[in-house]
Amino acid sequence: MNTVRQLDRVVIRFAGDSGDGMQLTGDRFTAETAKLGNDLSTLPNYPAEIRAPAGTLPGVSSFQIHFADTDILTPGDQPEVLIAMNPAALKANLSDLKPGGTIVVNTDEFTKRNLTKVGYDANPLEDGSLDDYQVHAVALATLTIGALAEHEVSKKDAERSKNMFALGLVSWMYSRPTEATEEFLRGKFKAKPTIAEANIAALRAGWNYGDTTEAFAVRFEIPPAKLKSGTYRNITGNQALAWGITAAGVASGLPVFLGAYPITPASDILHELSKHKRFGVTTVQAEDEIAAVGAALGASWGGALGVTTSSGPGIALKSETISLAVSLELPLLVVDVQRAGPSTGLPTKTEQADLMMAMFGRHGEAPIAVLAPQSPSDCFDIMLHAARMALTYRTPVMVLSDGYIANGAEPWRLPELTDIPDISVEFATETNGVDKAGEPVFLPYLRDFDTLARPWAVPGTPGLQHRIGGIEKADKTGDISYDPENHDHMVRTRAAKIARIDVPDLEVDDPAGDADVLVLGWGSTWGPIGAAVRGLRDKGVSVARAHLRFLNPMPKNTAEVLARYDRVVVPEMNLGQLALLLRGNFPGTNVVGYNKVRGLPFTSNELQDAIEEVIKNG
Amino acid sequence: MADVKLDAPKLKAKDFKSSQEVRWCPGCGDYAILAAVQSFLPELGLEREKIAFISGIGCSSRFPYYLNTYGLHSIHGRAPAIATGLAVSRPDLSVWVVTGDGDALSIGGNHLIHALRRNVNLKILLFNNRIYGLTKGQYSPTSGPGTLTKSSPMGSVDAPFNPLSLALGSEATFVARTLDSDRAHLQEVLRAAAEHEGSAFVEIYQNCPIFNDGAFEVLKNPETRDESIIRLQDGEPIRFGDKVVVQSGYGLQVKDAAEVDEADVVVHKADVDDPAYAFALSRLSGIALDHTPIGVFRNVKRPTYDTQVRTQVDEAAAGVDRTEALDRLLHSGDTWTVL
Repeated sequence: MNTVRQLDRVVIRFAGDSGDGMQLTGDRFTAETAKLGNDLSTLPNYPAEIRAPAGTLPGVSSFQIHFADTDILTPGDQPEVLIAMNPAALKANLSDLKPGGTIVVNTDEFTKRNLTKVGYDANPLEDGSLDDYQVHAVALATLTIGALAEHEVSKKDAERSKNMFALGLVSWMYSRPTEATEEFLRGKFKAKPTIAEANIAALRAGWNYGDTTEAFAVRFEIPPAKLKSGTYRNITGNQALAWGITAAGVASGLPVFLGAYPITPASDILHELSKHKRFGVTTVQAEDEIAAVGAALGASWGGALGVTTSSGPGIALKSETISLAVSLELPLLVVDVQRAGPSTGLPTKTEQADLMMAMFGRHGEAPIAVLAPQSPSDCFDIMLHAARMALTYRTPVMVLSDGYIANGAEPWRLPELTDIPDISVEFATETNGVDKAGEPVFLPYLRDFDTLARPWAVPGTPGLQHRIGGIEKADKTGDISYDPENHDHMVRTRAAKIARIDVPDLEVDDPAGDADVLVLGWGSTWGPIGAAVRGLRDKGVSVARAHLRFLNPMPKNTAEVLARYDRVVVPEMNLGQLALLLRGNFPGTNVVGYNKVRGLPFTSNELQDAIEEVIKNG
Repeated sequence: MADVKLDAPKLKAKDFKSSQEVRWCPGCGDYAILAAVQSFLPELGLEREKIAFISGIGCSSRFPYYLNTYGLHSIHGRAPAIATGLAVSRPDLSVWVVTGDGDALSIGGNHLIHALRRNVNLKILLFNNRIYGLTKGQYSPTSGPGTLTKSSPMGSVDAPFNPLSLALGSEATFVARTLDSDRAHLQEVLRAAAEHEGSAFVEIYQNCPIFNDGAFEVLKNPETRDESIIRLQDGEPIRFGDKVVVQSGYGLQVKDAAEVDEADVVVHKADVDDPAYAFALSRLSGIALDHTPIGVFRNVKRPTYDTQVRTQVDEAAAGVDRTEALDRLLHSGDTWTVL
């Protein structure tokens, strides 16, 4: 009889060759865990190559999940459990594992040849080098093939189901239900029912292996987290972002038009939106990044909600068209799922180094609104804000997600549809002025008094024919104008329009009210900063925190908030871009940057140390 | 313009003039094209608001400012991409692109070929003057080898594009050529382009009197034009002056009519499915403009991109209550409730 032990949290990492199906295994384990009601956070990590040479270190793909009976903010700094499908996976991940952690290892791959391939002189399963860990050596492939002997599948297909065997075993170890995964496998292999049944049999065999062998004396339970009441689902950033765009279409009553070109890590947004045609969402996979934003802008001119999604290199190519949209004053949503750069950089790794590009990466004075989601589920709300701004102020809006948010997942408390704001717009249908002869005319650049937005008269509207373009336009009439005073006026007016965009105030979390140090982040550092701050407060250290979701314009109370603190620690996965903005916009603020660009999110431990250092030495 | 209804309001050329002062150089071929287009547009039978002209950058791209339709003067080379977005989302509009040899073939080459291969409902008018005019006279991708310009003082060493060959290689379904100075022919070609369902590519030879004056003189001079211009007429044998066109090797060849049997003269058919025929026609003339066919080279039917995109969306969206569908989407898959 196995002992069942209660845990409050655990961090598990699945690692294997990029052909071993580790992302799928992790996704399924996540779905099971979400279903059970734990709070969770995930971190997929995979190579840029689709299939790097098998069994090599560059070919290792991993998926980490942190789940708990309380709310959690990060995928965990260090895994406590490592599932290693081959020697490369063991070697690449062992140094991250907590001392004394658990290793489940697939012994079938520990051949002399495979060991040599990754530089092991001796078999680590035999030379005592893993003595400090709890090692479960399991012949995953052999056991899977054995379990599928009665199935009409080739040995190769049977062997390929070993990830499901591993999933079954780990699901047993952590008391996860597997029914949903069985249903998922039936759906995934609908066309190949024998493969579906083989995978299900492997999953069950893995579970039974844990249950019946005595190798696993203890299994664990992690009770559900006490989350705010409501209906939850698990969601990744890219999915939430795509759904936010879809919801913006519904909330505005406009057709959504996405122009996109495939690029890591943004392509999943294109994939997701391509499935949502029933919402009147049109997706065009364009010939290049420039055409993608061009088509979106053309659709916006025609009265659609034009959207383009990409990553840094693609955004650079779109820059000229975004400037045109600034000049035309048409709504346009631009999503940058940031990845480590410059150039191709580390395309599957995360970074926050496109903030300056979002703010200033255009020719001429071309300010736009800039927003950044702070977590995967926040992408949904941020896209609704972005759409509201674009439609209300007739401007391009840039949303800065990143690879960590895009591929990471977390439980999301579903909003009530009544909570989704009405962002419908009114197109111009009537003339709004008179010409010199007193005849009624349409003035495409006559502005709204409050928002400074210009009227949006879509082609097809009778009597409002007009011409717009990239050449400077005369105030009100929109005619070509080379007048110096007019240009100065238009540049300042476009800037003033962005500056007055309505954004919610910055919320400050300072429970003790006596903190000297504020930690201010933006984007995906929200989770690690939150965990670090929580850790410090648990130790009795007083620290305040705030997070900027609106980067341009910043919340109106930002200056007042910054002025309250002696020092402002700004952790960023870049070399200090928000810090530079803060120093420029709020001189006198004592900004202390904490910067790393390793392609990986911050750990909460390192942030905790860094913040504590500033507090102590201040 | 898949859904464009031709209900013939009574408009005249002057109804299509905008309030803007036309600002091309005196003698520019663009004036003649503008006048021809303005007097042709009433034939579309559309209200002015149902027509949209989109251009890129260059002299020709100022065109939309001078038409009393909806107009967008965009950025260099990108007009076909922007127009694609409009055409896909607005089937009720007639969408026209005005571009030049630098705009369409150099900086915007990629968008041009992809618009053509997709067969988007766009009418693309390429004003080819074989020179960069707005930037003051550099050689363009249609300038001949050896062209002397400020950027090629010892003569250009670039091999030029043949725009029609390029369009045909891009799977264009409608390809035509005409001249700025021949108003009747220009309008005849515009008419055929407007009637075509899908992308229509029209090359218009246009004289730049400042930087490349007389580039097409051989096609205009009464002394040379009859032996240089081949007027393509659908269903008619291809003959001009005392010459005819016959098959030769993999392509076509010009021969003296006297040397050829009447039965061997090629009869022009724009709807020939194999683009090789139209391609061979496009190769009859080169930079030197000897034996230059004008008229409709190719006019075939193929499903259009924008219509197919809309059909998918319309089918998926038919009868869907979007608010309800959104609620279902959010609750799809694995969800759980916390009390």
